[in-house]
Amino acid sequence: MKGLFNVRNAAAVLVVAGLLLLPLYTTLSGNVFALTLFTRIVIFALAASSLNLIMGYGGMMSFGHAAYLGIGGYAVGILAAEGVGSGFIQWPVALLASALFALVIGALSLRTRGVYFIMITLAFAQMAYYVASGLSRYGGDDGLTIYKRSDFGGLINLSNRVQFYYLCLGCLFAGLYLIWRIVRSRFGMVVQGLRSNEQRMQAIGFPATRYRLACFVISGTMCGLAGALLANNTDFVSPAVMYWTRSGDLMVMVILGGMGSLFGPVIGAIVYLVLEEFLSQVTEYWALILGPLLLLIVLFGRGGIDGLLGRFSRG
Amino acid sequence: MLLVVEQFLNGLQFGLLLFLLAAGLTLVFGIMDFVNLAHGSLYMMGAYFAATFVAWTGNFIFGIILALGATLLLGIALEFVALRHLYGRDHLDHVLATFGLILFFNDAVRLIWGPAGLALSLPPWLTVPIQVVPGVFYPAYRLAIIVVALAVALLLYIVVMRTRLGMLIRAGASNREMIGALGINIKLLYTLVFGLGAALAGLAGMMQAPILTVQIGMGENILILAFVIIVIGGIGSIRGAFLAAIFVGLIDTLGRAFLPDLLRKILSSAAASTAAPALSSMLIYLLMAIVLVVRPEGLFPANRR
Repeated sequence: MKGLFNVRNAAAVLVVAGLLLLPLYTTLSGNVFALTLFTRIVIFALAASSLNLIMGYGGMMSFGHAAYLGIGGYAVGILAAEGVGSGFIQWPVALLASALFALVIGALSLRTRGVYFIMITLAFAQMAYYVASGLSRYGGDDGLTIYKRSDFGGLINLSNRVQFYYLCLGCLFAGLYLIWRIVRSRFGMVVQGLRSNEQRMQAIGFPATRYRLACFVISGTMCGLAGALLANNTDFVSPAVMYWTRSGDLMVMVILGGMGSLFGPVIGAIVYLVLEEFLSQVTEYWALILGPLLLLIVLFGRGGIDGLLGRFSRG
Repeated sequence: MLLVVEQFLNGLQFGLLLFLLAAGLTLVFGIMDFVNLAHGSLYMMGAYFAATFVAWTGNFIFGIILALGATLLLGIALEFVALRHLYGRDHLDHVLATFGLILFFNDAVRLIWGPAGLALSLPPWLTVPIQVVPGVFYPAYRLAIIVVALAVALLLYIVVMRTRLGMLIRAGASNREMIGALGINIKLLYTLVFGLGAALAGLAGMMQAPILTVQIGMGENILILAFVIIVIGGIGSIRGAFLAAIFVGLIDTLGRAFLPDLLRKILSSAAASTAAPALSSMLIYLLMAIVLVVRPEGLFPANRR
């Protein structure tokens, strides 16, 4: 980290400025679609960043992260369906439910390593998916329509597009700040140390599983928040948000942007979703291009976009 | 009682089918240390090839043989063009690259065959019911699946355990540098193993095709099942995959068949009819979670020989 002026930091500043000023552009140009798209992008950026916390810094390759999107979403949706419209109740419940789920599956999954960890997190997410499909009172397979967005009294109006966008953006920045603080704290150092050399850390006397579990729960809770936002954004929640390809999408965003870099997943989410949107407008068969593109990125672009920027910085 | 026999055979047949898929996956994982999410796409391609070639030639057996060859070639081409450059990389790179391949194959199929599914119809001699136990008739085709899959499993065992090729494969799994240093063309060996895995996945796909429709995304759900199996069985172990596949096939089928009635005895019928489908879908994941918690390396870990 020599000098503040390098390509990597410039990209981060550019992204932050762009995201902050976007509503100005959409209001002036009347391009409502861009605001809708970027609200979705910001929410997924939050989810991808939460995954980055355990994957990039903690070395825990969770392939079931979309489960929290669903749990956060269903907490909001179910409470709304039962007549509890207040966001002051809905959102804490969403966070708490995600945290509890993360605590339980984390405690079990963290007994395994490597590919087994990837697979057991996947299995738990699939279980959550099937539970949601079985909730016939709340729509089952077809999903649950949310007729009224979370109500925060006079504080903020979620039905206003611009206000909702800034709320999502605020959550993203808060999440990134939290990750930044965690990574630089003693706790974060221990978690990163465990990724590098678990045996040595244990020999020094750190309880590996307890630290990992705490990190896992923080990440899950953060993703649950993204789930609550997503449900409010689409006014709808269905088991499909928990399907394993959704977890794959999140993983792709993190790796595409650059694992273990603070802004990498944000850039990854923007690139992935904008690319998806752009290609699907060009051709119906957009995945025909996106798929090989991912393959090429893996083959030739190690470290994702952030790695690419880092190489530029070094010249 | 008749129903039990029939469902038991269904479970066995499903389990054996899953074994074909899981065998390729665990071979590729155990030997090349490669996580192949696109294995389900090969399963799907096998089914599409079979539907196309059977319609084209008008002969079921001949079409299946052509389709098997096509899947084998596709697997080899895939390995040669892209995947061989990923060996030795991080598992996460494998996940990302093969996730991209899934996207590619799904849309390629949509482009070539269209979004509607295909049907693969059976020749008349495979549709007659056969009496297995006095009073129990079972479709000949499902019996044929059981026979073919058992034969393939046996063949696989003989090839891996009793031939020179199998010896090289096992040697490659335990120490790839050493076998390369001894003058074995390890790259060719890997390509062969990948092609073999692809053909097995394709075979599973084309055998399942007449029972379900051939459609886009058919490989994704079953791929997860195959992963569950190799994790339960212990990654890299063919014996483990075989036992776990039959176990999973039986539990899944019997769970779906009998769990609703079982729950109805405990719960009210309304609660049972909502809980049963979700619970029976969850059963195998629950099983996997329990196995991993009790034995984190799977039931038959391959490395502890």
